[in-house]
Amino acid sequence: MALNCKHVWTYISDYIDGSVDAEVRLEIERHLEHCEICSAILDSTRNILYLTADERTFAIPVGYSDRLHARLAAELAASDGESP
Amino acid sequence: MHTQETDEPGLIARICDGEKELFHELIRPYEKRVYLSALAMLGNQPEAEDAAQEALLKAFRGLKSFRGESKFSTWLLSIAMNEARSRLRNSKRAPLESLDEQADLHQGDFTPAVLTDWREIPSETLERAELRATLQSAVEGLPPIYREVFTLRDLDELNVEDTARILGVSANVVKVRLHRARMLLQKRLVPVLKSSFAPRRGWFGRASWR
Repeated sequence: MALNCKHVWTYISDYIDGSVDAEVRLEIERHLEHCEICSAILDSTRNILYLTADERTFAIPVGYSDRLHARLAAELAASDGESP
Repeated sequence: MHTQETDEPGLIARICDGEKELFHELIRPYEKRVYLSALAMLGNQPEAEDAAQEALLKAFRGLKSFRGESKFSTWLLSIAMNEARSRLRNSKRAPLESLDEQADLHQGDFTPAVLTDWREIPSETLERAELRATLQSAVEGLPPIYREVFTLRDLDELNVEDTARILGVSANVVKVRLHRARMLLQKRLVPVLKSSFAPRRGWFGRASWR
């Protein structure tokens, strides 16, 4: 089974997650060896996932934890005598 | 989300027996993740913070209903996700139902942006607020059914099974939606990142993206 580019694109996400079976993985890797388009698509997708998951991309606002625990403390105090 | 060393079931039992103050300790390892999930879903800092607080208050009130069938972290994230979903549903900007339909109409339109070379954008580039804003708005621009899968799988690092359980869909649906989410992000971001942020071989011989 030789994969063309469009086939490879349908597997990109599963390939990144390591969830394609061994035979398909081998075919994809064979294709990637000679296809600069699919290699660039794979590299750019991986790079984008890496950047979006970086903790700097979606940051925690200053004081978040303090405000949260203050609100929780108020709720806990208001529920005195009752268990959750 | 990483598990941690404290005795979670023990803590939960003590809280339910009346040591309510321990709830602060119970949720501390997860409070950031809850906020970040809400932010990725809602795209608005004050609203995400309010949603995160509300979700954690609901977790306190409903703690007795946590039976330990899933991990506590998964249970918390499912409350946060429900909170975000109901806020999206109630806001005019992104009704989930109509976006479901739109997504179905676009079956098959999930091809990536085609390019022939990619110069990796190093993570140090995230020091530029402009790049962070570009990435955030691309995630926020995903239709909600893709955004929630992307948030749980790629930001919260949950596995396929836990993601499927939280969203009430099959594992296969999670995989298909995640693939689409990633392809939509790639397609949307590649042209922008390549022209504005990709390192070029500059006058100094090395990357000149600064």
